Amino acid sequence: MTGSGEDIIAVRDLVKKFGSFVANDRLTFRVHRGEIFGFLGANGAGKTTAIKILCGLSYPTSGEIRVAGHDVYTGREKIKRRIGYMSQKFSLYEDLTVSENIRLYAGIYGLKRNYIQERETQLLESLGLRHIKNEYIRKIPLGWKQKLAFSVAIFHRPAIVFLDEPTGGVDPITRRQFWEMIHEAARDGITVFVTTHYMDEAEYCDRVSIMVEGRIEALDTPVLLKKQYHSANMNEVFIKLARKR
Amino acid sequence: MRILYTLLIKEFKQIFRNRFMIPVIFVVPLVQMIILTYAASLEMKDIKLALVDQDHSTASRFLTSAFDGSPYFKIMFRSEDEREALRLLHRDRVDVILQMKKGFGQELYREGPMDLQLLINAINATEAGLVRAYCTRIITGFNSQIRPEWKAGGGLSGNPAVEIIPAFWYNPEFDYKIYMFCGILVILVTLIGMLLTALNLVREKEMGTTEQINVTPIRKYQFIIAKLLPFWIIALFELGFGLVVGRLLYDLPVVGSLWLLFLFAAVYLFAVLGIGLFLSTISGTQQQMMFVAFFFMVTFILMSGVFTPTESMPGWAQQINVINPVAYFMRVIRMVLLKGSDFRDISRDFYSMIGYASVILTLAVTNYRKTT
Repeated sequence: MTGSGEDIIAVRDLVKKFGSFVANDRLTFRVHRGEIFGFLGANGAGKTTAIKILCGLSYPTSGEIRVAGHDVYTGREKIKRRIGYMSQKFSLYEDLTVSENIRLYAGIYGLKRNYIQERETQLLESLGLRHIKNEYIRKIPLGWKQKLAFSVAIFHRPAIVFLDEPTGGVDPITRRQFWEMIHEAARDGITVFVTTHYMDEAEYCDRVSIMVEGRIEALDTPVLLKKQYHSANMNEVFIKLARKR
Repeated sequence: MRILYTLLIKEFKQIFRNRFMIPVIFVVPLVQMIILTYAASLEMKDIKLALVDQDHSTASRFLTSAFDGSPYFKIMFRSEDEREALRLLHRDRVDVILQMKKGFGQELYREGPMDLQLLINAINATEAGLVRAYCTRIITGFNSQIRPEWKAGGGLSGNPAVEIIPAFWYNPEFDYKIYMFCGILVILVTLIGMLLTALNLVREKEMGTTEQINVTPIRKYQFIIAKLLPFWIIALFELGFGLVVGRLLYDLPVVGSLWLLFLFAAVYLFAVLGIGLFLSTISGTQQQMMFVAFFFMVTFILMSGVFTPTESMPGWAQQINVINPVAYFMRVIRMVLLKGSDFRDISRDFYSMIGYASVILTLAVTNYRKTT
């Protein structure tokens, strides 16, 4: 799995500085097509900064970065057609209904009206949210909002979906359901790039990278990482890495 | 096109779902048009007058009755004691003192210089100017009435050779309200257009939804058109609404063409909305934006000539008004509505406004960034 055709994200020596502060220090990694890639790190380790650069929301200071086959310096608008994004800040419009939000984002990607209608019905059915179709987003519970936000982010079937702490503040059952949705998306061929604080969630990923103070300290499958750091679970791996510095 | 349509639907839904909008569009302007038109009017009634008559002649009594009969003055104090009158002026009990010294009547007979003293409280200079103007009007009237009468006895011909009779064109009844109303309407349309645009965009920034929009392939121009168009329509509607209110409440004359007025307003609003958009690109929160907007609005409005004619401002201030869009509309609305100016008369303002709108919109669009 080294050929660039298999790698949907290829990053080499990504550096992002804010003044003299180095938020991302020579990050180098590749994400394979169709995998669930966990991007872990403590608060302030530089995860969100990196994710914003990959999504074209922010300029890198230097480095070679290709996402979905396009360069982030020159092909930003082309990248945007092929990615989905769900931020830690809540991204649906509170004063629009469930259905209106779906149609808005689908419409933005230029999907046809009939197609949108059909997919919307399917989606609400599978999420079990048909009864609140005309409810304002601000009125529905956080867990539902997050599932909906995820579904909206992959509604246009992107090649990659970036999830920035998607399960913050959600109960364990909903988190579990949320991860089932992530796996389902991966089965459909969507590459998932996810950041999280929950180390149990890291176990669900195909591969994880762990960032400490702006650098990637480790990158491998959860099984190999646990072996390498002689740990029973990812939580221990994370703590050992964070302490090392 | 479909993307733009999708975005416009979203904006309109959000605008009219906001409970704050309907009052802002209808109630607040209505209240302002009613209250401010009267409050900002420069007409004064019941100016408090202290009369110090030390002459007690026929002439002094005649002048007194002239003031007494005027609806603009109310005589609060009559005495011979000028000190007492001054004391009242100090304590703000009266606005003006008219003093007729001993011998005032005598001098009139002799046709020598006649002394009459006016002491006006000039803390508010505008008010003092008005008081002076009203006093002068009455005294001039008194002069022209009384002097021939007196002189007829003495055989002197004292009629002035030239008599000035002012004719007030375009506003024959000297109705200050319709003049003020035009000004208030300009301010309302400007405020609503500029602030709503800016608030809307900054609000999206604050909620974090712009970030979501920025990762989609929406083009910058699509997003910006979708943000501007609704408020452009609302502000034009507001102008129409204001004109109807003005017609009903103040019998606002429409001498010129309404089409011309709306044509100008359409261009003007692009400039104003462009400023709103620009403000929102340079501020991160609604508070920041409001503060900056407040600074600009107050400056624009006070310099626009709504209360004071721009011609009486110093040269440099008139230069600054070149970049004050409100001053253009203030001039044009009065020209078109009250004077009936046609396109040729306002063409300079019109083309300037097109240039202005292009520059500010370009600035705002280039300053708006999808990537930081």
